[in-house]
Amino acid sequence: MTEPNLYMPYLMRIEKITPEAPLVNTLKLAFVNDEEGKNFQFRAGQFGEYSVFGEGESTFCIASSPTRKGYLECTFRQVGKVTTALANKEVGDLIGFRGPYGNTFPLDQWRGKNLLFIAGGIALPPLRCVIWNALDLRDQFQDITILYGARAVADLVYKYELEEWGKRKDIKLITTVDPGGETPDWKGEIGFVPTVLEKLAPACQNTLALVCGPPIMIKLTLPVLAKLGFQPENIFTTLENRMKCGLGKCGHCMVGKVFVCKDGPVFTLAQLNHLPPEY
Amino acid sequence: MEELRKKARELLERGAVKVVIGYGPGSAARTRAVFVRKPEDADQLILNDQCTQNLSVYLTKPEVKTLGKPAIVAHLAGLRSLVQLAAENQIADGQVLAIGVSPEGKLAELPDLKAVEAYLAGFRFELSPEEKAELDKIERMTAQERWKFWQEQLARCLKCYACRAACPLCYCERCLAGNNQPQWIPVASHQTGNLEWHLIRAMHLAGRCIGCGNCERACPVGIPLSLVTHKLGEEVFKNFGGRPGLSSQQEYALGSWKLEDKENFIG
Amino acid sequence: MTIEIKRLKKDSLPRLFAQLQAKGRRILAPHSRAGKTGFEELSSSGQVAQDYLQTTLSPKSAVFPRCEALFRYTFEGKEIKMEEKPEPAPTVVFGLRPCDAASFAVLNAVFSWDYPDALFKSKLEKTALLSISCRQADDYCFCTSVGGGPGDTRGSDILLTEMGSGDYLAEIITDRGRELVQLAPELFQEAPAPGKEKHLAQVPVKFDLKQLQEKLPKVFDSPQLWLEQSLRCLGCGACAFVCPACVCFDLQDEANRQGGVRLRCWDSCGFSLFTLHASGHNPRSLQSQRWRQRLLHKFSYFPDRLQTLGCVGCGRCSRICPADMNLLEHLKTIAEAS
Repeated sequence: MTEPNLYMPYLMRIEKITPEAPLVNTLKLAFVNDEEGKNFQFRAGQFGEYSVFGEGESTFCIASSPTRKGYLECTFRQVGKVTTALANKEVGDLIGFRGPYGNTFPLDQWRGKNLLFIAGGIALPPLRCVIWNALDLRDQFQDITILYGARAVADLVYKYELEEWGKRKDIKLITTVDPGGETPDWKGEIGFVPTVLEKLAPACQNTLALVCGPPIMIKLTLPVLAKLGFQPENIFTTLENRMKCGLGKCGHCMVGKVFVCKDGPVFTLAQLNHLPPEY
Repeated sequence: MEELRKKARELLERGAVKVVIGYGPGSAARTRAVFVRKPEDADQLILNDQCTQNLSVYLTKPEVKTLGKPAIVAHLAGLRSLVQLAAENQIADGQVLAIGVSPEGKLAELPDLKAVEAYLAGFRFELSPEEKAELDKIERMTAQERWKFWQEQLARCLKCYACRAACPLCYCERCLAGNNQPQWIPVASHQTGNLEWHLIRAMHLAGRCIGCGNCERACPVGIPLSLVTHKLGEEVFKNFGGRPGLSSQQEYALGSWKLEDKENFIG
Repeated sequence: MTIEIKRLKKDSLPRLFAQLQAKGRRILAPHSRAGKTGFEELSSSGQVAQDYLQTTLSPKSAVFPRCEALFRYTFEGKEIKMEEKPEPAPTVVFGLRPCDAASFAVLNAVFSWDYPDALFKSKLEKTALLSISCRQADDYCFCTSVGGGPGDTRGSDILLTEMGSGDYLAEIITDRGRELVQLAPELFQEAPAPGKEKHLAQVPVKFDLKQLQEKLPKVFDSPQLWLEQSLRCLGCGACAFVCPACVCFDLQDEANRQGGVRLRCWDSCGFSLFTLHASGHNPRSLQSQRWRQRLLHKFSYFPDRLQTLGCVGCGRCSRICPADMNLLEHLKTIAEAS
C-alpha cells in the first residue's frame, strides 16, 4: 500500500499527567518518533482520536497551542470505557493519537480584533488551545477577555494557568462559580456564567466571542450575547458529537448533512442556526 | 376478517382503546403490522395464513406506546408473550386489550390478563412431532458434530440483531450487547463473537421464550434459531416444570429457587 | 473507451473459473445457504447459486468486509508494536447485478472523500466485477428510478447478458475487463447479434427522483410523517447490512495481554447506540428520527456532499425486512405528497 493507513495512530508517550478536577485529567503527550513530532502541525480548534490499545479511541480537542512544538496536550473527563482506561495510564505509558482532524478557528482573520472567551466547566480545553495560541501571538490581537466558570471551585480546570492568566496585565480574566460552589477563600465571582456575562457587558464592536460549555450554559449565554449586540457570524463555538473515524466516513457524527468531524467541530452561531436539531 | 374489522371499529369508536395493532396487507404476499387509530381505517386489518409475525413485540416499543392503550391481535404465541411481559412487569393488567385468534381463526375479546390466562388454559403447548424430530436430529449428533453444525450456522450471523429486535421479550432499553464496560459481547461479526451473542441470548431467553419464531423469521441469513428456542423450552419444562407465558404470576425459572429443584449437575 | 462485444458460452463457465483461478484470481460468487444467497469464495462454477433474481447479501464484502482488521498490535513491556495486513488477493466478483456494480462507486465516494482509505482502495483496485444483467425483476426492484437499469454497464468490468440460447452476450467495458478476457481469451468468442435489450427485465420507473429530492429537505421537520413511516420498524440493522451502498462502520479494539487488533465492522444508523454519547445524551433517541436519517442520508445528504445517490434500487432491504418496511413505498409517499 502506497498510501498511509488512515487508522494507524501516532505512538505517543505520556510525559505528564495533571489532575485538573474530580475525574478530569490533562495528559501531556510526546511523539515516540521524533521525526513525526517535528513534522506534526495543527491549527487551533482541531481534534484528534486518542487511543488506548486494547480499549478503543476517544475524541478530544487538542488542548495545547499549535505554537508550541513537539508535544500535544489533551484534557478529558473519565466518563466511559476509553476515558477510564486513559485515566488509569501512568507517565511513560504509550497511547495512540490520530489527527489532526476537523476545521479550525480562523485566528489569522482575527488580527486586530478583541477576543472574548466564554467557557464553562470541562469545556475550557478547546478554548485553551486558542487562548495560548493568541497569547503566544499577543500583539496580533487587541483586548483578550476570558470569562470562565464552573459548578464549584474544585471543578475549575487549569487552575495553575488561571492563576497565571489572572496575574497577566494583558488579559482580563473573570472566574466564577455557581452559587453554593464557592470555598471560604474564593476571590472570584459567584454566579452562573450567563449572569456574570451580562454583568460584565463586554462591548461587541470589533470583538469575536468564542463560547464553549455544557448545552444549558450555551443556551442561556447566546441570548445575552445577542442582547449585547454580537452578530451570529462573530460568535464561535465547538460542537461535540458521537465520533468514530474522525474522517467523514463512518457516519456517526452527522448532523443533517453536516459532518461534525469535517465541517466542524468549530461552527459560528450563524452556521449552527442552520443545523437541524440533531446534536 | 369482517368480524375482526367490526370489533376493531367498535373498540375504537367507544374509546376502549386508542390503537388496534393488527395485520395489514404488505409487500408481495406478505403482511405487516398496522396501527389503526381511526375507526374508518379498520378495513386495513386482515387475517390470513400469512399473519405469522408475533405483534406483541410492538407492545414495548417506545414510540408505539405513545399512541395510547392498544388492542392487539394475537394468536396463541402473541397471547403468551403478552402474559410473559406482564409476568415481568412490562405491562400492567388492563393496559392492553387482547383480541385472541385461535388456531382455527376464531376471535375472542380478552380485556384483561385473567381473561387471557383463562383462554390459554384451554390449549396444550407442546412441540409438534416435526419440531421434536428436528431437535432429535441435533441431539443424536456427537458433541463434535454438534459444535461443527453450530459453528457453520453461526458463521453466517451478521450481528444485525434482527433476532433481538423482533423478539417480544428483548425489550431491555440497555441490552447487554450494547454494554462496553466491559464489552461482554464483541461488536464485530466473527466466529467467536457470533457464538457468544447467541449463547448469551439463549441464556437470557431460557424460561422466558415462548417459541413464537419471530427471531427465525427475522434472520436475514436463515440461521435456524427455532432449534435453540424450542430446545430451551423443552429443557426448562423438563427441569423446572411449567412453561412461560401462561401465568402472569409465574416466577422466572432461572431466577427463583424451589426446594424441589434438581441438583443433578452437582457431582 | 469503446465497449467490445463477445460471446461467452454458458458451458464455458467452469473453464473460465478454472482459468481465472489458475492465474491467481480469487472468485467470489453467489452461493446458497439455508435458502439465502451471499457472495462466497468458490472453487468451481458448479457451486454458484442458480435461479437467483437478486442475492440476499450484497457483494460489498469484497471490498468492505463485515469485520476487517485495520492493524494489529503487540504489547512488549511498555512498548507497543503495530503492524499492517498483507496485500489483498486479486479478486473477481462474479454474478453480481448491474445495481450492485453501480454500488461500488457509492462506497468509493465515501472512502475516497478527502482522506483516501488505503485499505479500501487496495481492495477495490484488485477487484474485477463480472456482472450478469437481469432477465427478471420483482416488485422490490427500483433501479430505473435511481438512474440504473437491468442492463446498465456502470461499474462493471464485464457485463454478461443471457440470451435465448443460454449463452452470454459479454460486454467488455473497462481495461480491467479486457485484462480478464486475456486470462482466458479462447472462451470469449465471436460477437453475437447485438440488441441485449430484448433479454432484459422490464423495470418501470416507480417514482420521480427529482421530486423526491426536492421534497426531502422540506419534510425534515415533519415528526408525524416519520412516526407514521417508522411505527413498525423494529430497529435492527438488517437493512443496512444487506445494502450494497451502506457504508457506516464502527471501530472496535479486541485484545488480550499479548496484543490485539483494531477492527472496522459494519454499523447501522438504525441502532439506538449509533449516536449515543458517553454522557448518555442521544441526538437520535427515537426510531422515527433514525428512520429519517436513513432516508435523508441516502437520498439527500449523499447527493449533496458526494454527488451520488446512496441507493442503487436493488430492493434487498425491503425483501429481508422483518417488519416489511419497504423503502420504495416510503419514498413514493414522500415523492408524491402534495
